[in-house]
Amino acid sequence: MIKRRNLEEKIFKSVMILSLTIVICSLLAVFATVIIKGAPSLSLEMITEVPKGGYYLGGGGGILNAIVGSLYLSIGAIVIAFILSLPMALYLNQYSERSRVPGIIRMILEVSTGIPSLIYGVFVFLIMIEVGARASLFWGIITIAVFITPILTRGMDEIMQTVPLKLKEASLALGTTRFETLIHVITRQALPGILTAVILAFGRGIGDAASVLFTAGYTDSIPTSLSDPVATLPLAIFFQLSTPIPEVQQRAYASAIILLVIVLLLSAVSRILSRRFMEYVVR
Amino acid sequence: MNFNRSRVLKNNLISSKRNRREITDKIAGKFMLIPAILISILLFAIFALLLLHSEQILSLYPITDLIFSSSWKPLAGDFGFYPFIMGTIWVTSLAMIFSIPISIFTAVYLSEYAHPKLRKIIQPFIDLLAGIPSVVFGLFGVLLIVPLIRDYLAPMAGVTSSGYSILAGGFVLSIMVFPILISITYEVLRTVPVEMREASLTLGANQWETIKKVVLKKAYPGIIAAIILGFSRAFGETMAVLMVVGNVAKVPTSVFDPAYPIPALIANNYGEMMSIPIYDSALMFAALILFVMVVIFNIISKYVLIKIKRRVA
Repeated sequence: MIKRRNLEEKIFKSVMILSLTIVICSLLAVFATVIIKGAPSLSLEMITEVPKGGYYLGGGGGILNAIVGSLYLSIGAIVIAFILSLPMALYLNQYSERSRVPGIIRMILEVSTGIPSLIYGVFVFLIMIEVGARASLFWGIITIAVFITPILTRGMDEIMQTVPLKLKEASLALGTTRFETLIHVITRQALPGILTAVILAFGRGIGDAASVLFTAGYTDSIPTSLSDPVATLPLAIFFQLSTPIPEVQQRAYASAIILLVIVLLLSAVSRILSRRFMEYVVR
Repeated sequence: MNFNRSRVLKNNLISSKRNRREITDKIAGKFMLIPAILISILLFAIFALLLLHSEQILSLYPITDLIFSSSWKPLAGDFGFYPFIMGTIWVTSLAMIFSIPISIFTAVYLSEYAHPKLRKIIQPFIDLLAGIPSVVFGLFGVLLIVPLIRDYLAPMAGVTSSGYSILAGGFVLSIMVFPILISITYEVLRTVPVEMREASLTLGANQWETIKKVVLKKAYPGIIAAIILGFSRAFGETMAVLMVVGNVAKVPTSVFDPAYPIPALIANNYGEMMSIPIYDSALMFAALILFVMVVIFNIISKYVLIKIKRRVA
């Protein structure tokens, strides 16, 4: 009897280890596939030049337009999202004791983070039609900002909730106002977490294609003003892959490596930064 | 006299400084409410705008016709969403069938058996998986999964398939929902009190029996919430699915058939529908369906998860 029970445990334990292995292997498979297929056509030209004439027929050039475009979009969006998110997260954590408001706002934020980015794209596009605007860098930034603000706010809010209550109380007991406590104590205490949340949201913005499909347009040149259309890295991958020409498809794989490298860099930077700033955190 | 006056002045100074601080505090509080109000309006604004734009098609066709008719010929005025709804359900369900057991077993292992060190090593991998852009998953599907199905799985099942199929979409999507399923299930398992596990172990149950009869039973609602959340994430995923699923507007009959999920329909046709208002309206109706489903799923699962968190705290 005991043997059978232990056998059952052993079986399930191996199933669990198998599951974990599948998860890790699928991650590795994604990386390996993209790298093996893309590495041969990766070149300096890819990241230093914009597409030349006939690029989509196999001509020369690179995807600098998409790399810069993605950075413009995400940096613009993260600035707007940060300006909106920080006060919101602070409000949720300080100005709302004993009221139902923060609970409701948190619920709305949670639901907002679950909305597919495509829907945000459609939403902004509908607004663009109302005001008669055309796809451009400006509207792309707005779209991504709308899409990552809930993600960023939620990230910051979660971090701020972990700030020890005693720290807040100690500060308030010294006669500070809630605002002063927020700025001098909570924000500093949560700084590493806030940085991580910002970088995470930035990564989401840079990797998303569906939201800017209709709102940012696409172009082979680097935008010089907010009203120019702009290319993005994910869409560059998608469009290059849709062409029937093998050389161009190869470049889609190489572009995917570039995108993966950016994502990896972001995740590494967030880890290093948060470790660095952890030194100043009271625990 | 002199002394008194200076004291009054000093008091005034202190109180005016104090006042200023308090006023700053009040103003900041009000100011911080503005973005919160904006974000609260956002969801209603999206709903209202989508509804407004789908009004045209809803006024021409009864809603049951739109949902249950399988004829999709926009140029002839036939707008049957049934193939797209079925496409979405097939792909999403398949992804969940793959993903649920693997994710839950992984989460249980990480929470109950794994050494804290191993947990620390695995965590970044799962975070990384969550951070990979969906286009890259789509590319992975096109490069590896689609040929795999075309050359091996389909012939093995005795059918011919281009590889761009529900099965490919299901595979790719299941990998994409791993992180969300694993991390939420893991968090839910962590909320089960250690004392409950200890009580069960003291009574002579081994660790698996404790997991099966105590931990999982206690964590059951939370795991369901995680599954609903994963389902809604898979439901709205656009690019990766669009790239591997084939995009043929027919009701699928097998997993080797291509399908045309709702998000793919919107993404593929949105640019070109401007010339035909009724087509535009039809796509907005599709977006509305997607939006409403996702919001409902999210509210249910978040409600359950918040309740669990509150019980623990």
